[in-house]
Amino acid sequence: MKNHPLKNTSRRQFLQHGAAVTGAFVVGMYLPFTSDAATSAINDPALANAWVRITPDNQITLICARSEMGQDVYTSMPALIAEELNLPLSMIRVEIAGVAPVYINALLGGQITGGSTSVREGFDKLRIAGAATRSVLVQAAANRWNVPATQCKALNGKVSHANGMTATYGELAAEAAKLPLPEKPELKSPANFMVIGKQSMRRLDTPAKVAGKAVFGIDVKIPGMAIASLAQCPVIGGTPMTVDSVNAMKVSGVIKVVQISDGVAVLANNFYAARKGRDALKITWNEGAGATITNAGMRKQLESGLSKPGAIIKTVGDAGSNITNGKTLSAQYFMPYLAHSTMEPVNCSAEVANGKCRIIGPIQFQQGAQAVAAVASGLKPEDVTVETTFLGGGFGRKLELDFVRQAAEISKASGMPVKMLWTKEDDITHDFYRPMSVHQMDGALTASGKLSALTAKMVSQSVTARAFPSFVKDGNDPFMVEGSANLTYDIPNIEIRNVIEDAGIRVGYWRSVSNTLNAFAVESFMDEAAKAAGKDPVEFRLASLQKEPRAVAVLKLAVQKSGYQAKSKNFGVAQMEAYGTYSACIIELDPSASSTKVKKITFVSDCGITIHPDQAKAQLTGGILYGLGAALYDEITIEAGRVQQSNFNNYPSIRMNQAPIVDVHLVPSQEKPGGLGEVGVPLVAPALVNAIATATGHRIRELPIKT
Amino acid sequence: MTVSFNLNGNTIQFEGDPETPILWVLRDHLDVTSPKYGCGAGLCGACTVHLDGAAIRSCSIPISEAAGKKVVTLEGLPEKVGQALQSSWVEFDVPQCGYCQTGQMMSAAELLAKKRQPNTEEIKNAMSGNICRCGTYARIEKAVKRAADKLV
Repeated sequence: MKNHPLKNTSRRQFLQHGAAVTGAFVVGMYLPFTSDAATSAINDPALANAWVRITPDNQITLICARSEMGQDVYTSMPALIAEELNLPLSMIRVEIAGVAPVYINALLGGQITGGSTSVREGFDKLRIAGAATRSVLVQAAANRWNVPATQCKALNGKVSHANGMTATYGELAAEAAKLPLPEKPELKSPANFMVIGKQSMRRLDTPAKVAGKAVFGIDVKIPGMAIASLAQCPVIGGTPMTVDSVNAMKVSGVIKVVQISDGVAVLANNFYAARKGRDALKITWNEGAGATITNAGMRKQLESGLSKPGAIIKTVGDAGSNITNGKTLSAQYFMPYLAHSTMEPVNCSAEVANGKCRIIGPIQFQQGAQAVAAVASGLKPEDVTVETTFLGGGFGRKLELDFVRQAAEISKASGMPVKMLWTKEDDITHDFYRPMSVHQMDGALTASGKLSALTAKMVSQSVTARAFPSFVKDGNDPFMVEGSANLTYDIPNIEIRNVIEDAGIRVGYWRSVSNTLNAFAVESFMDEAAKAAGKDPVEFRLASLQKEPRAVAVLKLAVQKSGYQAKSKNFGVAQMEAYGTYSACIIELDPSASSTKVKKITFVSDCGITIHPDQAKAQLTGGILYGLGAALYDEITIEAGRVQQSNFNNYPSIRMNQAPIVDVHLVPSQEKPGGLGEVGVPLVAPALVNAIATATGHRIRELPIKT
Repeated sequence: MTVSFNLNGNTIQFEGDPETPILWVLRDHLDVTSPKYGCGAGLCGACTVHLDGAAIRSCSIPISEAAGKKVVTLEGLPEKVGQALQSSWVEFDVPQCGYCQTGQMMSAAELLAKKRQPNTEEIKNAMSGNICRCGTYARIEKAVKRAADKLV
């Protein structure tokens, strides 16, 4: 989104660095309110409160403070620092950061990987960190050689002077560490980039991942560790009342059974035994208020929410007076609950011992992890360390903290280091679900077939009301407006309202969050309006996009690349802005197939300056297939409080033989970077139902399509 | 009870519940973590290893079935095959999160053992038991073809 509601622009960043006993040089960027404890930590190179570490042997380590879950931060974050250090990526080593205030994501207010913010937030910050480091390395060389700094050049790990003197960054590190860092170091001009934007750039995590050596949460091993399988109430929110663990303890390999606040954990020396022991438990549950929840009831509640006024999130002109003028149309759309369904099921390792708590796992929100682990272990946050592994998919699920708390509780209760691993079934039935939503859309057309008024009302649960309640003000969840408040269409009269209805099931941020809900309603409705106006869907959109040249450019390129012809059958179109990136999607169906079969998806984005073009396309492609699978197959339904889906058989994922051709193009752009991790997801469903409408005349207003 | 089998060329004597799936013997008893747990039901392929040369879902087959047989994980592939697959995967920067990729490569290894130069349809059919939630399928297809070229 263009103006992030959580952004705190008053946090002016400044630089600070220090020398260490070993002569290593570390530099970190601090927020002004960084605590004394963290400030002193920077002087200890053994701690990771820094972006850069250079040792005398010229080993250069760049710190990645965002969680690598496939979206390439393990390469793109260090690349931003390396660019200003004039270092090829082949010269650096990457380390994943621990938890510290220095790593707070200024766009989100916490050390969080999410919201497609990593590059957007890091683009200036990490380049400044690199440039400041380069500046003092050059100054240290200049001092050593008694020449002006302007005559020295830093490149490929060495500072050199025209008369032949050279020194490695490592040789200069100790002297550089004593120099004051410039507050506003000069950044390289994009024309001089040697790392950023290069087609030849490679992912730094690929070699470990293809050798089976990358450590995911599930691969963590702590000496003396037990493996835990946790029985949880079939109704989310339920708690154990009575536990009979006699039979569980008889299972070979089972070590212990411990009860925690929301479950009963069986600890064993292997997962199979833990799982078998768990199946042998006899537990009676207090199912709690959730036991009466049904899917039909939740949907009815949301639909009744349409009669509430809700919060006004956008007004232009006077939609109320104009919505009944001229030719009018009206439509209602419905989106189901969805699970994240990462490949790596939820897991976390914890060791609570000797007044300390160590958390290791696939985590998207490190400070939250530290805070909940502190509460669960009865310790202070500063006694909790958080180590982030590679994530076998995140999609928002691993922003949640339930599994961190559970692992800490199990370790504390058992007195053992543990790795808690959920089954896939646990994961699907105990997710934080993408909210169900209902959308009422109304429009009025002028005689010439232009939209003169648009009203939209979305009713759904609010993730933010649960996760970050203080951000919801006057019934307005700032994340529910994604995909609607940033509407790209220039329509003279607009009114958009959101209604929050708590239907009782827990909801979470799911890849692209509300963009995926609102884009389905808006872009489906735009097609319906085009049809009512007798216009071609592309032409109809372009007529309202004249103030958005980037939106026009991506849409026109998508038309060109897809072979779209005006009013052609079997094609569907959708476009939007999300996370500062403009995108257009055109889907072509295979008309020979008996049911819905996608032949080709053409997707064009303008994401501004692109750090890693090859992986930018990979992200878009992945998001597109994630969105396609959800649109075609997936829904979570609930009966008597129990989630009805459990695994890939009834909550399917796109497989290779179902994946259509995905043709992704990036529009060259010098705009500031936009997000990429999520923007592929939301346009697929509306483009698909729009294609089905042109092919069959049948308008689908509910997902999944289930053909 | 003891189950004797061969893992990547080494004889292993497994002492424990013979019903334990091969996956958990590898991961929790032998610290071989390249096969991943994804679904526990043979639906996703993240746990794929070879049992006497056939790609199997190790999450769903008990270790008792491996008795007297050869279990091969990514680490134990013939060097030439492992190299061809890994270098091709690197060439196309296939992985995103990477969690499913070891299983993908084991399915690809079985395919290439059976079919020297598989066409697109054959690759899609052979690889469709392996789910990738990151959607890397197009790159996997390219990498399989490149690996096939390297092995000719």
